[in-house]
Amino acid sequence: MASKPRIKVPASNKVGDVIEVKTLISHVMETGFRKGGDGKMVPRNIINTFTATFGGKEVFKVDLSSGVSANPYIAFNFKVPGPGELELTWVEDSGQKTVEKVAINVG
Amino acid sequence: MTQRTKLDALDRRDFIAGASAVAIATVVFGKAGLAHAQDKPQTFDDIYGKIVGEAKPEDGKVTIDMPEIAENGNTVPYTVSVDSPMTDGDYVKTVHVLSSGNPSPNIATYHFSPLSGAAKVSSRMRLAKTQDIVAVAELSSGKKLIGKRTVKVTIGGCGG
Repeated sequence: MASKPRIKVPASNKVGDVIEVKTLISHVMETGFRKGGDGKMVPRNIINTFTATFGGKEVFKVDLSSGVSANPYIAFNFKVPGPGELELTWVEDSGQKTVEKVAINVG
Repeated sequence: MTQRTKLDALDRRDFIAGASAVAIATVVFGKAGLAHAQDKPQTFDDIYGKIVGEAKPEDGKVTIDMPEIAENGNTVPYTVSVDSPMTDGDYVKTVHVLSSGNPSPNIATYHFSPLSGAAKVSSRMRLAKTQDIVAVAELSSGKKLIGKRTVKVTIGGCGG
C-alpha cells in the first residue's frame, strides 16, 4: 500500500522555466528476491510505473524495477508551458493507482 | 563374496550417477522455475544487447552522479543527466539505468519528452554488491549515448 505522496514544486514560475519536480511516496518495494520469516520467498510487490502528465500530455514516465529503493524518490525536470496542473500517477504491481495533482503557478 | 563386492560397487556407482543427474536436473529446472516466477530471466548482457543492438553508443555525454563508495546498498542516491538539447525535433527519448551485479539488472527506464526541459533525473537505487552502473540514452534521432560508473558497496542492499 502506498501512502499519500509528497510533491514539491517551486511556488512561482515563469513560462519557459525549467523547474525540478520532487516526488516521494511510501512503498515497501518488495523485490521478490527476499525470504520472509517462514523461509518462503516474499512475492514481488513494487510500484512499476510513474507518470507525469500536463494537460493530458505526457511529460515524463518511469518504468521502475526491483532495483529502485523502498519509498521511491523521483526528481525530474519540467519546462513550464504555462499555468496548469501536473498530474502524477503511481501504479503498483496489484494495479492499484495513486493519483496526485499539483498546481503549477505562473507569475 | 568377491562378486558381491563388485555388485555393491556397481550399485554405488549407479547410485552416484543417478543422484548427480537428479541434482543437475534440480539445478537446471529449479533455476528456470525461479526465473519464471520472477518474470525477469534476463542477464545484464541480454538486456544491454537488446537496448544497444548493433549500435556503438557514444561515450561522454551521459553523466551518472553518485557516490564512489556506497555504505548502504539499500538506498544509493544518484542523478543521471544527458548533455543534449530538449527541443521538439531533437531530444532525449529514453534513458535506461542498468546494474551489472544485481539479481535483476534493470534499475529504471526513464522516458522524457520535449516538455521535460532537461534530460535529468534523480532517484535512489538498490545495489547488491560492488558493481558498474550503466546508463544508455536513446535520442529522438535514434542515436545512442552511454555513461558508466563503478560503485563500491560496503553493505549490500538485498535484504539478506
